Amino acid sequence: MILASTLTTNLAILVLAGFIGFVVISKVPNTLHTPLMSGTNAIHGIVLLGGLLIVGFSGNGTFNKVILVIAIAFGTINVVGGFLVTDRMLEMFKSKPKPPRDADGEGRDAS
Amino acid sequence: MILASSFLQEQNFLDALYIVAFALFIQGLRGLSGPTTAVRGNRIAAVGMAIAVIATLLNKGEGNWGLIVLGVALGTAVGVPAARQVKMTAMPQMVALFNGVGGGAVFLISWSEFRLTDGYSGTATYIAVFSLFAAIVGSVSFWGSNIAFGKLQEIIPGRPISFGSAQQIVNLVLLILALAAGVDIAAGSHSEAIFIGLLICSALLGNAVVLPIGGADMPVVISLLNAFTGLSAAATGIALNNTALIVAGMIVGASGTILTNLMATAMNRSIPAIVAGGFGGGGAVEGAEGAGEHAGTVRSTSAADAAIQLAYASRVVIVPGYGMAVAQAQHAVRELTKELEKRGVEISYAIHPVAGRMPGHMNVLLAEADVPYDQLKEMDDANPEFQRTDVSLVIGANDVTNPAAKNTPSSPIYGMPILEVNDSHSVIVIKRSMNPGFAGIENELYYDPKTAMLFGDAKSAVTEITSELGQI
Repeated sequence: MILASTLTTNLAILVLAGFIGFVVISKVPNTLHTPLMSGTNAIHGIVLLGGLLIVGFSGNGTFNKVILVIAIAFGTINVVGGFLVTDRMLEMFKSKPKPPRDADGEGRDAS
Repeated sequence: MILASSFLQEQNFLDALYIVAFALFIQGLRGLSGPTTAVRGNRIAAVGMAIAVIATLLNKGEGNWGLIVLGVALGTAVGVPAARQVKMTAMPQMVALFNGVGGGAVFLISWSEFRLTDGYSGTATYIAVFSLFAAIVGSVSFWGSNIAFGKLQEIIPGRPISFGSAQQIVNLVLLILALAAGVDIAAGSHSEAIFIGLLICSALLGNAVVLPIGGADMPVVISLLNAFTGLSAAATGIALNNTALIVAGMIVGASGTILTNLMATAMNRSIPAIVAGGFGGGGAVEGAEGAGEHAGTVRSTSAADAAIQLAYASRVVIVPGYGMAVAQAQHAVRELTKELEKRGVEISYAIHPVAGRMPGHMNVLLAEADVPYDQLKEMDDANPEFQRTDVSLVIGANDVTNPAAKNTPSSPIYGMPILEVNDSHSVIVIKRSMNPGFAGIENELYYDPKTAMLFGDAKSAVTEITSELGQI
């Protein structure tokens, strides 16, 4: 009974989140699609949480510990890399009232 | 009892933090919908992520700090330099890679869950089902994204690689095998060999689906895989009863689907067609037929002539495309336009929705080269202006300028929205050769009498024009 209601609650959340996703995103102008894709990409890095949760459970063998460390590392790359890269892209849309820099400045001033 | 209630309170607190986290995600995504709020939006979402991670670390049974620190340190050591150093032109493959590792994390988490519970014994069936779904989709996404990365990075040939007509059957068999393995485990077989079989089938499926897809369709594929990873994260969330995962994963699943659709529409491609069978076949054959129709002549020009033409124009529209991105010519183009502006030429850039490798990618590249935002015109604003344009300078764009999309119903790209470059008084096309573009079809524009072709690498050709301009 309790399990069933957890499932229905979670499914309700799932459906609502899907609708929110549609509504929020469908208003984005073309120009921002690449940053948006990169930003949503960073957000699904939230799977990191799954790794953090399971590594805390008791009974993980050595092999499990290895794959969980990899999973956490992967999740971290997804989150940290994703947000940083999106930030770099978006910084470039800001108007830059600065002296002309050499053409090959390559945007290394990330943040 | 006291223990239970304090645990409950703690759980409530953690759940509250999760609610804050996904509220921030939603707010952040809303911010990403406008150029002025986008930077802040992204940062708001990042703060949400930090809160979600902290809430998880506060969890009661949380331990094994050594492993957590190790994993996070490894991930940071790889992720931060990669994100900081990647060139703007290589952005799409970077996104593919980040997406891939996300999918990798999903299937590894499912695997560890399977092992920890001895094959989902003592858990509800639905938990096994969602966890297995996550394993399959995560694995497909991981391998598919890696292939997409390899293709864009040109480690793997960009052209379609496939089993030919057997491709669909192979894909279908792999999918059925993966699903069958999943059903078997969900029904209670507890066999790890079958779980590994499921991972292998999904891995092969990820490879088999993406390998036959040509480089031009890759953005659509990355976007699709992005949505997949989101869905698999949501499934992991249901298996672990974690609200933050469900909400964040599902929002990404929904947004990724929309984005995929928009990109596919802009290219006049359907998602099923892309997934089912690569670009090759149809387009190339019809292209060959099309080549016969245009036995017209192509007029080629020199950098000096192009410079003169541009210098005496009063209005020039730059049409940048994939070729400009590949040659990293955006800075050279900016130099050229600065030079032209000094001579009083009115400059604007016409950006096709799928110019570059992804929607908006071209804007990022031009913004990097300090092109003023107000010179960038989207297709609908740019098209009416071509009629009063003296010179359209097409740099490495092909299919998005092909008038066949408007005039030739038999063309494979018929109906695709294009930049109506052929309406301008004259056209200069910078292109490496007469090879057709990704769609594999001839471009009528090149045979138009008012079009002049300047053959060469985009960057060196533009630089040459700029230096010729200095001598006028």
